[in-house]
Amino acid sequence: MTGYILQRLALFLPTLILASFLAFAVMRILPGDPAIAMLGGAEGSFTQEDIELVREKLGTNRPIHVQYVTWIGDLFTGDLNESYFLHVPVAELMKDRFPVSTQLALMALLMSYVVAIPLGVLSAVKQDTIFDHAAKLFTIAGVALPTFWVGILILFILGYYFNWVPPLDYASFFEDPFTNMQQLIFPAIALGYFNTAFAARLTRSTMLEVMHEDYIRTARSKGLKELAVISRHAIKNAFLPVITIVGFQLGRLFGGAVAIEAIFVIPGVGRLLVESVLIRDYPVVQATILMIALVVLALNLIVDLLYGWLNPRIRYS
Amino acid sequence: MIRGIPQDSSDSQRYLRQPWYSSLLSAIIDFSRHKPLGAIGGGLLAILVLIALFAPVISPHNPYDISSRDILASPSGDHWLGGDSLGRDVFSRLLYGGRISLFVGLVSIAIGISAGSFLGAVSAYFGGKFDLIVQRFVDAFIAFPGIILGLAIMAVLGSSVYNIIIALVLVLAPSAIRTVRSQALAVKEMDFVLAARALGASDLRIIVRHIIPNCMAIFIILFTLNLGYAIIVEATLTFLGVGVPPDVPSWGGMLAEGGIAYLRDAPWLAIAPGIALSLAVFGVNLFGDALRDVLDPRLRGR
Repeated sequence: MTGYILQRLALFLPTLILASFLAFAVMRILPGDPAIAMLGGAEGSFTQEDIELVREKLGTNRPIHVQYVTWIGDLFTGDLNESYFLHVPVAELMKDRFPVSTQLALMALLMSYVVAIPLGVLSAVKQDTIFDHAAKLFTIAGVALPTFWVGILILFILGYYFNWVPPLDYASFFEDPFTNMQQLIFPAIALGYFNTAFAARLTRSTMLEVMHEDYIRTARSKGLKELAVISRHAIKNAFLPVITIVGFQLGRLFGGAVAIEAIFVIPGVGRLLVESVLIRDYPVVQATILMIALVVLALNLIVDLLYGWLNPRIRYS
Repeated sequence: MIRGIPQDSSDSQRYLRQPWYSSLLSAIIDFSRHKPLGAIGGGLLAILVLIALFAPVISPHNPYDISSRDILASPSGDHWLGGDSLGRDVFSRLLYGGRISLFVGLVSIAIGISAGSFLGAVSAYFGGKFDLIVQRFVDAFIAFPGIILGLAIMAVLGSSVYNIIIALVLVLAPSAIRTVRSQALAVKEMDFVLAARALGASDLRIIVRHIIPNCMAIFIILFTLNLGYAIIVEATLTFLGVGVPPDVPSWGGMLAEGGIAYLRDAPWLAIAPGIALSLAVFGVNLFGDALRDVLDPRLRGR
């Protein structure tokens, strides 16, 4: 197991460094000068001195490798630079915004497990019944409906038919759990629907596979009740691939959260990113995408290690 | 028996008598019989293609025409899906929006998956340090969720139809590199590659003529399975205001414009493009799933 952990860590570090380089390079290698973009982009509305001033402030007038090294050095000291327009340290913004998005993503993930696993297991056990077909419809729709459209639809149904709008002033879970839940439960449903559908489909297919294994026949033939066969022998073995693949979906949840936070007016890191992109606040964009990549990479590492721990076959191969 | 080569005279007679389209037709009928859901998906996709091609002929109004009389007009005989906040005909914009979704989706997929597949095959073929470096880059790219990477790229490029294609190519290519590489790793160990090398074929020739054609099934699967994803990412970015410019009719843009502000007074503004978008992705996914079942030998018969 130690060897496996070391091997995973050895792959993790270079990837992290490259990801930081990408977050940095996107703003510089692609055509377009951030300084001109920040000034508004229209020709003639600013002078060469204006451009130089913004470049000086952003540091983009220095050689590219110097910029990168400075930026990484700042990162290690916890200094994520300052927002160009809000004049607030980026680290401060992250501290406010990240917990909100993380809570949203975790709620969505939790919900997708709670719904998807019973749904998948039941439709595998009751294969080709009405229940299975209904579940299939639910999952096919979930994979096809774009997350932000589900969000709009939920908002529409709540407002149009129930005359209810989630509270607008955001309250954190520790301040006011009741308001917080009112605000986040529907966005989490919208965000988690895709994952729920995906996980339910996966659970169904792995369950079907496991139900045809020899050890299930053995368990049945020694006289175990069907319920015991399913709960004690089948589910345990069907669960492994589901856990890991759904774990990898957390990154996708952070991506989907961007649109959901914009629709439900939730002050998370996704909305921060969109707002910063729209006003071209490059220091914030750069820091935000790096933080998201870091979270995704760390989660993938955890899932990898968890998988190795749960499934000995992986760590010896 | 070698497929495609007529075995005896009666076989060759049959091949000679049949017109070229009948084999295509029988393939379609065969596919529909085994994969009814896939056929429904293929049908939806075909309808989408027809709408995209004939949008100027079908649409009753010019999608750019502003008419103050029809601002937020309810659906009527003249405006089947009403008017938007500038009085433009929603139905016509919906048809033209399908054009944008399909165009952006297909072009970015074609470039992204082709470039990714080529790079994946090259990476697998040469192996060693080159492969290691390419794969770490892929890891780093995959660490950014598609929409996040798309947002960051569009922040620099600025919103336009061509820029969103560039962004989507960069979002789609890495996973194609990864998938095709794993297939190509198996293919390059096969005897015909060794034979080609013994005959003195160049590296490029081996990759292009021997390895890539043998990864074709994976390529087609990646193409269809990612088309739905590409359409969703484009619509999401446009919805967030960084994709297709707002005056160009697109489903994401229509949702952004009418999506939340007029949800109570004119819900059709959000519902129409949302349904169109969902049906398109639904069709593409069903078709892609069925195609994968047919083409991926490991899944055949399940």
